Amino acid sequence: MLKIENLHASVGGKEILRGINLEIKAGEVHAIMGPNGSGKSTLSAVLAGHPAYTVTEGSVTFCGKDLLAMPPEVRSREGLFLSFQYPVEIPGVSMVNFMRAAVNEHRKHKNLPPLSATDFLKLMREKKEVVELDNRLANRSVNEGFSGGEKKRNEIFQMAMLEPKLSILDETDSGLDIDALRIVASGVNKLKSPDTASIVITHYQRLLDYIVPDVVHILYKGQIVKTAGKELALLLEEKGYDWIKD
Amino acid sequence: MILQEYIKLFNEFRSVIESNSSEALNALRESGLQALEGADGKALKEYETDFGLNFQRYTIQNDPYKLFTCDIPNIGAYLYYIVNDTFYANPQQQPLPAGVIICSLKEAAQNHSELVKPYLGRQMHINDNPNEALNAMLAQDGLFVYVPKNVQVEKPIQLVNLMYGNVDIMAVAHNLIVLEEGAKAQVLVCDHSSGKVKYLANRVTEVFVGKNAVYDHYKVENTTEGMTNVCSLLIDQQEGSEVVSNIITLNNCQTLNTIKAGLNAPHASLSLCGMCFLDKTQHVSNDTEILHHKPDTNSFESFKYILDDESKGNFYGMIKVLPDAQKSVAMQTNKNICISNDAQMRTMPQLEIYADDVKCNHGATVGQLDDTALFYMLSRGISKDEAKMLLMSAFVYDVLEKVRIPALKDRLKLLIERRLRKENTSCDSCMICGSKK
Repeated sequence: MLKIENLHASVGGKEILRGINLEIKAGEVHAIMGPNGSGKSTLSAVLAGHPAYTVTEGSVTFCGKDLLAMPPEVRSREGLFLSFQYPVEIPGVSMVNFMRAAVNEHRKHKNLPPLSATDFLKLMREKKEVVELDNRLANRSVNEGFSGGEKKRNEIFQMAMLEPKLSILDETDSGLDIDALRIVASGVNKLKSPDTASIVITHYQRLLDYIVPDVVHILYKGQIVKTAGKELALLLEEKGYDWIKD
Repeated sequence: MILQEYIKLFNEFRSVIESNSSEALNALRESGLQALEGADGKALKEYETDFGLNFQRYTIQNDPYKLFTCDIPNIGAYLYYIVNDTFYANPQQQPLPAGVIICSLKEAAQNHSELVKPYLGRQMHINDNPNEALNAMLAQDGLFVYVPKNVQVEKPIQLVNLMYGNVDIMAVAHNLIVLEEGAKAQVLVCDHSSGKVKYLANRVTEVFVGKNAVYDHYKVENTTEGMTNVCSLLIDQQEGSEVVSNIITLNNCQTLNTIKAGLNAPHASLSLCGMCFLDKTQHVSNDTEILHHKPDTNSFESFKYILDDESKGNFYGMIKVLPDAQKSVAMQTNKNICISNDAQMRTMPQLEIYADDVKCNHGATVGQLDDTALFYMLSRGISKDEAKMLLMSAFVYDVLEKVRIPALKDRLKLLIERRLRKENTSCDSCMICGSKK
């Protein structure tokens, strides 16, 4: 589904990613762990197409297509989803208008007609249950005044609405208490299918108790320095990141 | 044509103008003339074109009520037209609440001079403002609204100002709105223009809001290239009165709105908002002055501009809290977004405080759309144009929320969206200002 080859990327002239190689197949969950500043968030931003990052070398193929050639909105419509570490507040734009615009753009991309208002609201109601989101959400502005937990649940709700092939969860566990973590993780698990894949970016092993990865990668100084099964996360938890630095 | 030529024209036609107008309006002409004779002609560069003036009171062939339909679904307003500077009585006038008078100012000055004389021209500063001086010298008619004590006009009163013709025309009009104690009314003014000729409108609206009266004033401008719109809105507020005003420039060419409000008695409150959508070489200036004369008066002011292409915006906001206005509250903001590199915004939010126990703030910002929000929306598959449109609508959302006529608010929401998408903003069923002629 996703093939990253020798990916180099920089921000503001500073090289952050220094040759990433990664392959993800449908049905798999990959965890990417690593210390602060190792390039985890840069990797997710580059995959989503953030304009501040420049790819200097390498390629990314997503479902057979050149991902890096697509603008961010097309990447989304092709089935890539990034759950933001810091979801953005957009005062004045209601969740309904935001989501309707997104869903209908996705449908247009698939040559489907826009959803009627009733069908759309029905879909919203259904998907809200995935992450136990409050009914008042629909009338509120995007993320405005949401608590940390609500913001993250809102990310997973959007993921449920857009049904991506590949979802990247960028530190979805940060700022979450245990209950919220459980809700978010169970939301992600409900959306899992043999046709979809996920990249879970996290500092801590904690989230991986709930979202169990098939493969764990350790990112350090812009490169993947170690790849193993889920036991690697436990090892990290026990030993910290220092041992990979040696 | 320069100002001196208009003065000459006035002197030549003065007797015709006066015979077609009314005593109360004629009483202002001499002071207007004198102020203009003393004024520096260059102060009024808008008047350089040789505009025609309708001294002979010609009327248009068509019935404007049949020709132009303003399209705000379910607004159910009392509707009036002023085509250029001529008032057209509504042939299908709905019955008005008891005691309410709505008619042409000329008619009011003749039939109800006791309601006109005490108010007309009282808020004008003819010697300081050449536009008002010209209005005093040349205005022949306008709209008159009178709401007696404790009468509430539930439906909005809508005035459509239409510029219409095939030669360059100047329209000079004077509107007078009087609300007695405890009265309530909402006035919606729609400024439109049609055709390819040049127009200049100079309109003064004086509003007197009595004790505990509640008054809403909305102005929506949707005019065409070639239109210069000079409007003054002058408001006198008495004790405990409440005024909500929203000045919306959807489409225009060159506009100068002057809004002056006097909070002349304790507990008067004013909410003065506005929004402007500019592109191409459009120009809008909102020049506002709020005077807190008495204690416990309250003002809230918010103007927002979205500027694209080579458009220019001006905001000049002056709030004065005078020595007697203790315990007053004044809030003023002006926020602007420049979409293009060539758009220009000038803003001067000003506050002068002469009382020591007051709460005031003022501020202005000029910026771009929020890049983080934009990327967030793109990352959900929303196209760049749609994302920008949503962000721009969101930017003016709070100003739109201040509109208290639900049908108007809904309509504006749609028109703003169309405007931001650079689609046609004329009313769907309009026969004249849109493409469906």
